[in-house]
Amino acid sequence: MSKPLIEVNHLSKFFNLGNNQILKAVNDLNFSIAQGETVGVVGESGCGKSTAGRTMMRLYEPTNGEVLFNGKNIYQMKGAELKQLRRDMQMIFQDPYASLNPRMTVMDIIGEALDVHKLAGSRKERKKKVEQLLELVNLNSAYASRYPHEFSGGQRQRIGIARALAVDPKFIIADEPISALDVSIQAQVVNLLQELQRDMGLTYLFIAHDLSMVKHISDRVAVMYLGKIVELARSEDLYNDPRHPYTRALMSAIPIPDPEVEEKRERIVLGGDLPSPIHLPSGCPFHTRCPMATEKCKVDVPKFLEVKDKHFASCHYA
Amino acid sequence: MSEQTLKPEQFAKLKKSEHAGELVVRESISAWKDAWIRLKENKLAMLSLVVLLVITLLAITAQYMTPYDYKTNDLANTNLPPNSEHWFGTDSLGRDMFQRTWMGAGISLQVGLYAALVDLALGVIIGGIMGYYGGRVDEVLNRFCEVMYSIPSMLLVILLIVVMEPSMFTIVLALSITGWINMAWIVRGQVMQLKNQEYVLAARTIGASTSRIMFKHLIPNAMGPIIVTLTMTVPSAIFAEAFLSFLGLGVQSPAASLGTLINDALKAMTVYPWRMLFPAVLISLTMLCFNIFGDGLRDALDPKMKK
Repeated sequence: MSKPLIEVNHLSKFFNLGNNQILKAVNDLNFSIAQGETVGVVGESGCGKSTAGRTMMRLYEPTNGEVLFNGKNIYQMKGAELKQLRRDMQMIFQDPYASLNPRMTVMDIIGEALDVHKLAGSRKERKKKVEQLLELVNLNSAYASRYPHEFSGGQRQRIGIARALAVDPKFIIADEPISALDVSIQAQVVNLLQELQRDMGLTYLFIAHDLSMVKHISDRVAVMYLGKIVELARSEDLYNDPRHPYTRALMSAIPIPDPEVEEKRERIVLGGDLPSPIHLPSGCPFHTRCPMATEKCKVDVPKFLEVKDKHFASCHYA
Repeated sequence: MSEQTLKPEQFAKLKKSEHAGELVVRESISAWKDAWIRLKENKLAMLSLVVLLVITLLAITAQYMTPYDYKTNDLANTNLPPNSEHWFGTDSLGRDMFQRTWMGAGISLQVGLYAALVDLALGVIIGGIMGYYGGRVDEVLNRFCEVMYSIPSMLLVILLIVVMEPSMFTIVLALSITGWINMAWIVRGQVMQLKNQEYVLAARTIGASTSRIMFKHLIPNAMGPIIVTLTMTVPSAIFAEAFLSFLGLGVQSPAASLGTLINDALKAMTVYPWRMLFPAVLISLTMLCFNIFGDGLRDALDPKMKK
C-alpha cells in the first residue's frame, strides 16, 4: 500500500458538559487513509462520526491524539502552514440548506475561498474561475448571480462541492453529503464525487449512515459505535464477512433488491437504545445490546485486532 | 378520445445544453429585496414610513418656510393663537411656535438617531465578542452587562446630567450608557445561534479570518433583529429625552426639543392649550410611527413571524 495521506492516531474528542459530566464523542480513533483512497465511515446517529470528521478538519481542537497530514501533525500547524492545510483539506457538509450563507450570491460563496487564499488576481479572473467551478459540478454558469434559496437541495449540495473544490484540495471530508437529499439526487451527487475523484485524484473520508451507498463509493469502510471504530475492512470484506456483531446487525438491515432473497433475509434487531456517551458501559461498549455478549465482555475491553488480512475488528469473538 | 401510439423515432435524447428543466426562471431576488417587497405590502408600515420622512423633511426645511426664527423674542406678540403669520402661534416670549416646534422635532429625532447609532456600534461589537468567543469572555462581559442593567437607568441618567452640563451630547451619552446592553444581548444571542451554522463552519474550513466571519457571515445574517431593535431604540430614546426635558434636564433655552416645549406650555396649559397641542401631537405621532414601522419591518425581515 502506498504511503498514507492521512494518519489518525489515538484521536479523542471529549466535550465537558459541566457538572463533571464528560461526553466522549470520539474515543481513541486509529486509522489511515492512502492517497486516492475513499474511506467510508458508518454508524448510527450520535456515534461520533461527524465529530470525528470535524475534529480531523480542525474545526474542533482534539482532547487527545494527533492527525498527520503528509506526515505532519495538523494540530501543531500555525500561520502559513495552517493556511496551506485549509487549502489541502476541505469539507462538504450535511445540510445543503444550512451550509450556504443565505445573504451571499453563489459567486461570493464560491469566490470567498478564492479571496481568502488570493487565488484570483482580478474580478474578471474570479468570475471566470467561479463559472468554471460551477460547470465542473454540472451547474449552469449563469447561476453565479443567484442566491442559495433559489436552488434545490441537490443543486445546493453541488454548490457546496464547488466551494470545496475552489481551493484545489487533496483531501475532502464529506460529512453525510447525501443524507438530506432525495434518493434520485443522491446518485447524482455520489457519481459527481466519484468523477471528481477520478479526474482530480482526490482522497475522501465519506461519512454516512446509508450502508449501500457507502459500499458503492468506498474502498474501505470503518464502522463506528459510541465514539470508537469497532470494525475496519475493505468494503467487500466487510459486506461479505462482517466480524463484529454490531456490523452484522447493521448489514442485516440492508434491503436486498431481489424479492426471493429479500424474503429470507434475517434481520438482527438490536435490543435497547444506544447507551449514553456520557456514561459508557464497562468492558466492551457494545455488550449492553450484543446478542452474543458473555460475562467476559462486561469486564474486558476487546482489542482492535487484525482478524483477517487487512480486516480489523474489536470483539472477543470475531 | 383516440388512443395515440408512440413510435420510437419520436423519442430523441436531449442534449445537455437543452436541459431547460434545471433553469431557474424567476428573477433573482436577494433577501433584502424580498423583505422590501413584503414591507411594501404592509400599508400601515409604509404610511408610517411616509409620515416619518415628512416629519424629518419638515424638521430640516421649516426654518426656510416662514420669515421668523426660533429664538427672537417679540414681546408685543406673546401667546398668540395660531394665525396666518405665526402658523402655530407664539409662546410667552413671543417666539414663533412653528419654528420652535420643528426645531424641537429635529433635535428629538437627532437624539433618537445618535443614541441608536451609539447603541448599534457598542452593542454589535460587544455582543459579537460575547457570542462568538463564548466561555470565560462571555461570562465576564455578561456579568458586567447584568450589573449595568441592574442600576436604575433613569437615576443614572439624571445623575450624569446633573454632574455634567445639560446638552444634547450629555443626553445621548447618558442614554447610551445603559442603552447598548439590550442590543448587545440581541446580537449575542444571534451570533451564538449562527456561529454553529454549517456555512460558518465552511468559512472556517476555508481559512477565513475571524473578522471576515464576523462581518461577512454573522452580522449580515443577524441584521434583521438588529434593525428591528434599532427602530425600537429610536422612539424610546426620543421618549427618554422628552421626559428629561420635561424635568428641565434637557436641551437649554433658547434651543428646544419637543419635551422642553411641552414643559414650557404646561405652565399655561388651560389658557393657551395650542402651545402644548402641536409638540404633543408631533411627539406622539413620531413614536407611534416608529413603533408601527418597526413592527412592520420585523414582519418583513422575518417571514416566519407572520402567519
